[in-house]
Amino acid sequence: MANTFVQIGSTVTVGSGGAATIDFTSIPSTYTDLLVKLSTRTNGTGGNLRFTLAGITSGVYSEKALYGAGSGSAASFSNTSQAFAATVYTDNTNHTASTFASSELYIPNYAGSTNKSFSTDSVVESNAVGVLAVMGAGLMANTSAVSSISIFPISPDNFVQYTTASLYGIKNS
Amino acid sequence: MATTYEPIATTTLASTAATYTFSSIPATYTDLVMVATLSSSGTTYSGIRFNGDTASNYSLTDIYGTGTGAVSSRQANITGGGSGDTSGTGTVLIYQINNYSNTTTYKTTISRNGSPSTNAVASACLWRSTAAINSVTIYTGTADSWAVGSTFTLYGIKAA
Repeated sequence: MANTFVQIGSTVTVGSGGAATIDFTSIPSTYTDLLVKLSTRTNGTGGNLRFTLAGITSGVYSEKALYGAGSGSAASFSNTSQAFAATVYTDNTNHTASTFASSELYIPNYAGSTNKSFSTDSVVESNAVGVLAVMGAGLMANTSAVSSISIFPISPDNFVQYTTASLYGIKNS
Repeated sequence: MATTYEPIATTTLASTAATYTFSSIPATYTDLVMVATLSSSGTTYSGIRFNGDTASNYSLTDIYGTGTGAVSSRQANITGGGSGDTSGTGTVLIYQINNYSNTTTYKTTISRNGSPSTNAVASACLWRSTAAINSVTIYTGTADSWAVGSTFTLYGIKAA
């Protein structure tokens, strides 16, 4: 049987100069679902990353997220009509050096003709305060096939060296 | 490379439905992953049952964020495991069913689901049975149904 969980392209590893964005382009439509795995840190203080699908930057993204910060009760937030999704979080300069957040972005039926929903999970752990575990659910209210994914920190932050991103395709047959 | 993540079955609803069952699941994998994309006009939740068992052999603990608050709940001795609220459109539901074919331990699941119109949920479920899982049924709340176009896919994962 053919492999049905395969990496698309190569892992992106940010070099010494940093990077303002990580882009996966020309994503083939031959899979059923997409999964992005991230290990990220930025050179600023922005807590969350942002991502857009299929190059769409109009106000079509909505989301809800649940998060725990290591003390007190868990909490939740929601956003609507955004130009990007913002439920993936990252380590940054507020966190212990050399710590990188781990995240996953799952996009089912990414090549279909319906609006695109997604699920995200992030853990920002640094053996200190300011940590987070975040679970997100979101929708891009646009039926375009997801042929590209752009992931970027809050401006003017950049990804630092050794940040990595890998894209996987999953087939259901 | 050996194939370790294989699709077992998939379907796209051609008509509305309140349940969907994966049956005759082979015991040749280590874990199962079920991925669904759901839309509903009702206020439904989604539950899971194994091997057709509708007795009170399930329990669950979940935590969910509504957009303005976070809540955790627990239910014991219920007739199906749950994943919480899956109402609205664009719900992504992912179940991980670990070590499903062993015949010595009770079975546990971890699930994640959420919709931007409702909430984001994480849930843990226990089925108090040592039987190997050979069927998985996903079901909705009473008097509700999923919309045409909702999809269900079951994957098998091999440890080696």
